[in-house]
Amino acid sequence: MTTAEKLEGGLDTQQVISKEIAAIQAASPAAEPQPRLDFAPYRSSLLRHPTKDLRQADPEGAELVAPVFGQSDVDPLEADLTIQSGGEPIGERIVVTGRLVDGDGRPVRRQLVEIWHANAAGRYIHLRDQHPAPIDPNFTGTGRCLTDDEGVYSFTTIKPGPYPWHNHRNAWRPAHIHFSLFGTDFTQRMITQMYFPADPLFALDPIYQSITDPRVRERLVATYDHDLSQHDRLLGYRWDIVLTGAHATWTEPEGDDRA
Amino acid sequence: MPDLVPDLAPTPGQTIGPFFHYALPYAGDCQLVDPGAPGSIRLHGHVYDGHGVGLPDALLEIRQADPAGRVPTVEGSLHRDGRFTGWGRCSTDRLGHYWFRTVEPGPTRDGGAPFFAVTVFARGLLNRLFTRIYLPVDDATLAADPLLSGLDDDSRTRLVATREDDGSLRLDLHLQGPQETPFLTYPRHRG
Ligand SMILES: [Fe+2]
Repeated sequence: MTTAEKLEGGLDTQQVISKEIAAIQAASPAAEPQPRLDFAPYRSSLLRHPTKDLRQADPEGAELVAPVFGQSDVDPLEADLTIQSGGEPIGERIVVTGRLVDGDGRPVRRQLVEIWHANAAGRYIHLRDQHPAPIDPNFTGTGRCLTDDEGVYSFTTIKPGPYPWHNHRNAWRPAHIHFSLFGTDFTQRMITQMYFPADPLFALDPIYQSITDPRVRERLVATYDHDLSQHDRLLGYRWDIVLTGAHATWTEPEGDDRA
Repeated sequence: MPDLVPDLAPTPGQTIGPFFHYALPYAGDCQLVDPGAPGSIRLHGHVYDGHGVGLPDALLEIRQADPAGRVPTVEGSLHRDGRFTGWGRCSTDRLGHYWFRTVEPGPTRDGGAPFFAVTVFARGLLNRLFTRIYLPVDDATLAADPLLSGLDDDSRTRLVATREDDGSLRLDLHLQGPQETPFLTYPRHRG
């Protein structure tokens, strides 16, 4: 370890992290559908992953019914992150849209989608974000919307920048948008991150690489869609989201309707 | 390329990361009922890592039935107006403490053991975790619960809240370690 690395708090090099990632992935079965919880290259996971197997549970009661959100919860203007302050935020203006469906292909209708992301310089409006990149006074980086009757969500925002973090030395997160998602039953609840096509940081990022199968992690990458781009105004990205299967549907609740 | 037939393999999760605090919490998020509402209780505890250190950057959500065992399907969780929505969210404080003000769920089927359904998110946790917080009802009801009856005594106690002197319900969650909370997976998570 070099003196410079020790001055940085003894952080490992990218080479060390990349080697660990490669070793885990080489030993992983194909098509693991979710990230590893125990994934040491993401150092913060070391003490925060369960070591015992998950227990099989048959969902019942509240697990079969997602919370309901509606017009009283979300103002349609919250879907446009470029109009939340006095002026326009700096950055590439984009639209991000897609369909939210369940594991059986049914659209998840009128459900809450929440997003948050860094500004164009890679800085969050968050007290813990110490990255010395400029804060944009016209950008908070949070948005909400309800899906429509086809399960479609849409946000207008600016493209976030990559940002450094301290997982290892010279660690940079690929540009991403955090997504918080609900389905029709509570067991479908999830939070994930959407990425942008062809990011050179993908191979280096232990969070993205915690999904060990390349075809599975590529599900997190949006597609540039020229049909969504608007003349003289913005660029369009499409990202469809599939939740795990619902155990119950709105019309056939099982066990939640006891009189 | 619109109108693709959707690939129905699930989109994988990712960690909530460290920077959710300005996005997800909101006024009243953890207060499912107003102070002083009939039957109002506090549900609380800590979220700990494998060294027993509280997580200052975890987010918990609960989903529950009302005292009559009905799971509400009304909107209004983000701008609470007195309706009981049966859903709440709490980000842990500096010491890893979480709390909700709510009412106790009733059983959703005859003889069922009432519980809060819980999801846990945190920096360092690569995907959400599901668990349950059971009410400390009588032993026979707990013993008959399909999930609890399959667990050893130690694991079972880690899913059942304790009643405190002031009526609060308390359960600590341990993401790792000798007191690790049993976390759940459901049939449709298998794809
Ligand atoms: Fe982030």
